[in-house]
Amino acid sequence: MPPQLKTLLPFLAIFICIFLVARHFLVPESFGKYGHYRANSMDEIAALPAVYAGKTVCIDCHDTEAAKLASDKHAGLSCEVCHGPGALHADDPEKNILPKPGTREFCGRCHGIYLARSIKVINQIDIKTHNIERENCIDCHNPHAVWEMKE
Amino acid sequence: MGNERIKDSRRNFLRKSAVLAGTLLVGSATKPFTAMLFAANEPDKFQKWYAIGIDIEKCIGCGMCAKACKSENDVPKDPFYYRSWVEQYTIKNDGSMSVESPNGGIDGFTQSVPEEEIFKTFFVPKMCNHCYKSPCVQVCPVGATFVSPEGVVLVDEKYCMGCSYCVQACPYGCRYLHPEKKTADKCTLCYHRLKKGLNPACFEVCPTGARIYGDLNDKNDKIHQFLKDHNTQVLKPHLNTGSKLFYNGLTSEVR
Repeated sequence: MPPQLKTLLPFLAIFICIFLVARHFLVPESFGKYGHYRANSMDEIAALPAVYAGKTVCIDCHDTEAAKLASDKHAGLSCEVCHGPGALHADDPEKNILPKPGTREFCGRCHGIYLARSIKVINQIDIKTHNIERENCIDCHNPHAVWEMKE
Repeated sequence: MGNERIKDSRRNFLRKSAVLAGTLLVGSATKPFTAMLFAANEPDKFQKWYAIGIDIEKCIGCGMCAKACKSENDVPKDPFYYRSWVEQYTIKNDGSMSVESPNGGIDGFTQSVPEEEIFKTFFVPKMCNHCYKSPCVQVCPVGATFVSPEGVVLVDEKYCMGCSYCVQACPYGCRYLHPEKKTADKCTLCYHRLKKGLNPACFEVCPTGARIYGDLNDKNDKIHQFLKDHNTQVLKPHLNTGSKLFYNGLTSEVR
């Protein structure tokens, strides 16, 4: 063996040792458990709070509305489509009141006549001209039973 | 002697060529081009393997999905950060095309092209394709983004250093750099909701059922029925990203 290599070998060994020690401390726990990533990060993402509670949570308290809705055109809709995210409301119903939208603009987001919207999928009306004596859609229609007209 | 040498090198050349061709043939057989073949890597049968189906014909462009996504995932409210958004494609009579997405569709749509000029118009909801051969995962230099065992592409916020290579790599424009956290951010298929047994926010609020998601490992899952019932296509199949977002009614104009 050449003398240069003999001198360099201990340095190489020291370098490898330092590398292994540094690697031990620098590579985070659970890295490489499933692949080239930190497996614990999945648990961290999974622990984030949900903002939308889901229909089953709504039905627990609002059973009368849910029963009415079940036989309606809107039966397939989740409550939070119109009322917005409800997890906070489910935690503290007194403090966090959810909106009851029913304006022409709001209902028109789905039911306003629009060229890109297929008539086969959804009933549409011209929200600007349809029964203009009343201001809002919910003045006549009950969103939980749409053809049960008021008055 | 010179003749001998040429003969010898010809033999070597042919031998090497044969080896190369054989290797390529075997290599291509083991890893075929699989634009639509979602189960090519034989996923773990005991694990879920999520895929998404979007029915363009059923989308009415209400924008509830985009709105719900922002509320659920604390996405910045500025009109250029989206994990999920809706685009309106308008093909005019002269063959030209315009794509609009005012605030991602969150505030609804208004027709900007006069009706008599329109040949065809439709909505396309967009979100992360959760590719199993993700370009965004491949370019990450630190292993901060990955495909989870369930087939969901996630970002490890603590590990991401914000180089935004992945933002450039995603051919579908599904990623952005979070302005406050300075890390890459994207659709997680509401991973936190899936783990709690809830539907992802955009699926929860879709009023027409235009979007569904399901487990490709479960043959009885609704996603299988969706794939059987419709002629589905993925976005940019030529890129071979292994996209698991299948569109029904996707026309070639959609990019």
